[in-house]
Amino acid sequence: METSQILLVFFGGLVPMAAVAFALGRRKALLSDAAGSRMHSLPAQYGVYVATWMALPALAIGIVAASAALLGLQVPSAPFVLSFALFGAAVGLMIALRKVEPTLRARNAIEKFVYWTLFAASLVSILTTFGIIISILFEALKFFSQVSVWDFVTGTNWSPVATFRPGQQAADSQFGSVPLFAGTFMITLVAMSVAIPVGLLSAIYMSEYASYRVRTLAKPMLEILAGIPTVVYGFFAAITVSPLVVEVANFFGLHASYTNALAPGLVMGIMIIPFISSLSDDVINSIPNSLREGAYALGATKSETIKQIILPAAFPGIMAAALLGVSRALGETMIVVMAAGLRPNLTWNPLEDMTTVTVRIVDALTGDQAFDSPETLAAFALGLVLFVVTLTLNLISIIVIRKFRQSYE
Amino acid sequence: MSQGITLSPSRQLKKRYRAEKRFKAYCIGALVLAMAFLVLFFTDMIRQGYSAFVQTEIEVEVTYNEDTVKFTNESVREEVSPLISRAFYRTIPRRVDANPELMGTTETRWLTATAHVDQYRKGYSDRLDPELKATLDRLDSEGRVSYGFNSGLFFSGDSKIPSNAGLWSAFVGSFYVMIVVLLVSFPIGVATAIYLEEFAPDNRFTQGIEININNLAAVPSILFGLLGLAIFINFFGVPRSSALAGGLTLSLMTLPVIIISTRAALKAVPQNIRQGAQAVGASRWQAIRDHVLPLSLPGILTGTIIGIAQAMGETAPLLLIGMIAYIPDAPTSMTEAATVLPAQIFTWSGMPEGAYVSLTAAGILVLLSLLITLNATAVILRNRFERRW
Repeated sequence: METSQILLVFFGGLVPMAAVAFALGRRKALLSDAAGSRMHSLPAQYGVYVATWMALPALAIGIVAASAALLGLQVPSAPFVLSFALFGAAVGLMIALRKVEPTLRARNAIEKFVYWTLFAASLVSILTTFGIIISILFEALKFFSQVSVWDFVTGTNWSPVATFRPGQQAADSQFGSVPLFAGTFMITLVAMSVAIPVGLLSAIYMSEYASYRVRTLAKPMLEILAGIPTVVYGFFAAITVSPLVVEVANFFGLHASYTNALAPGLVMGIMIIPFISSLSDDVINSIPNSLREGAYALGATKSETIKQIILPAAFPGIMAAALLGVSRALGETMIVVMAAGLRPNLTWNPLEDMTTVTVRIVDALTGDQAFDSPETLAAFALGLVLFVVTLTLNLISIIVIRKFRQSYE
Repeated sequence: MSQGITLSPSRQLKKRYRAEKRFKAYCIGALVLAMAFLVLFFTDMIRQGYSAFVQTEIEVEVTYNEDTVKFTNESVREEVSPLISRAFYRTIPRRVDANPELMGTTETRWLTATAHVDQYRKGYSDRLDPELKATLDRLDSEGRVSYGFNSGLFFSGDSKIPSNAGLWSAFVGSFYVMIVVLLVSFPIGVATAIYLEEFAPDNRFTQGIEININNLAAVPSILFGLLGLAIFINFFGVPRSSALAGGLTLSLMTLPVIIISTRAALKAVPQNIRQGAQAVGASRWQAIRDHVLPLSLPGILTGTIIGIAQAMGETAPLLLIGMIAYIPDAPTSMTEAATVLPAQIFTWSGMPEGAYVSLTAAGILVLLSLLITLNATAVILRNRFERRW
């Protein structure tokens, strides 16, 4: 049987059966109510109780069989699993129906079930984090069993030799990651030197100077910047900004590569402006007015108040916003894939072409390489470093923002 | 301020007012700079992309007979033949099969020109054979060349022939992916938010879940791609490049967005509502199900739409799970190889032919208008239905 057919039979059978179970449970409750015994819960709640107990065993059997099949384990044939699930449902139905009695707290039972379902849902986000860690860690460890951590962290030469067949060894490959991180930090530096001043000053203007009308107009405009997909920014950087940078450099008698680091950096900075500005805006708005009024009462002008009272008070929050911005810049992929170079290049000159960690990850995993080739594994090692660095930055800023909020609440 | 003491009070005041003006000007300048970029960006995209919405068409006589079914480019006059897009010649045998009465007849049709002709006429490139230029100019003077709406941009799939390439398979792929994202992340996200906001005890574990969700919202998207590759594809065997694999990966990314906005919506419902319901005998869950959730629904839906819009523009994780395959025909199931709008834009941006530049920009305009529509819907929904307490 096809997967879709099996699913159709399974759910096509389960839904009417649940309806029948609901009707049976409700009927039994109604009958016993009519016979004069006072039921604890409403009749429909007994119906839901019975239907839940019928569906759960069937679902459990179905899920176990499906995940076993996905993992490639030996699974009995589909009709057998289906009839086994049906049997489980029948047993669940019988037990639940027998338990329907005036003393059964059906509502409490349902609500307990709802509570645990909601709790289980909240675990998905934790599983996601574990999923990321596990998926990166194992491949990265395989990589580090072939290449020493020291060479990876301190080497300045990144030149993997492509291997296309599984098991083929690439003896001459060099995996020094310093040039990749240098490129990443250079582009992040350019981005942040655009995003922090522009984002922070716009936030100050919007929260301290702007009239209500300007504010309601400017805020959504800035948010449009945050809503533009990164692939679009990438195209813009590659097709419009890069040639512009080259032209301007030529005008000043400098040579710039068409895949220079400046263009993706500038565009990334523009992309990050709304993150910095909206976070700083929140932070500045949460500074109590009494601080401002105290400064005005002492005769300070608005800008003096901002520079000497508001900004120092808001400093931890603004710092946290900047760190989140850095984390976003480090992990940004599409802009650099489309506009930055592929050549690992250790240089201080942003007009030269440089490559980044994310570019190499994409490059290694979208080619025709064998999955266990060192270059593919190296992508996971780079991913691991990226994860650890961004996790640290995110955690610092999340905790600082939480502390900051509490201190002014 | 130490140096200010030596100045007379009025001069000092003037200096301070100048500083005040200067600072305000910097702030306005920053905002203007950001706005200016937005304007520059949109004009640039429209300038590059508008021309791809129309295509050069040429009126020619097409002959259908035994020879032209085999050597399809002989179906039009020899001098005109190289001006017409190859995509049309391919369809001749199929057309004749479908309408046998066409055999042996000649009809006059408007046909799409090649990308070279199109680019030449739109003034993007001058690299057209002089002879072809002469033929084209002659046809033009006879009124047999004009622009027609490029319906293929919307209704045909990807193609290696630029004049024939379109977004249809990407539309279908994006639609499938969004269905998966909605089905997975909406129920789980709302359930998580209800748990955290309404039920969770305030302990270390709950705080851990909260911090974890905030962190997930800031984890680089490409790492979700690594997760999709290692877990969904390599471990669970979900087919590579499929809408299912893409949708599951993007669901995990959309989850934090939905959780955070749903929590905000639940928090906005005042405690009185819960207490009122519980006072007349409702249980905690009944109060949430019958009162809090309906009241916060507009906020929840707004957050969900914004999350979906974000997922729709996401590309990086999809590159890693192979959703940049060449997909000429729209997928018909969740497990078939598919592509999505931003991935199609990325593929086109890497094509060497010049015609793909305007196609890419046109694709970007289509994607942006879809996203703006989605976000505008979310804003309208919020303004219309959200209650202020």
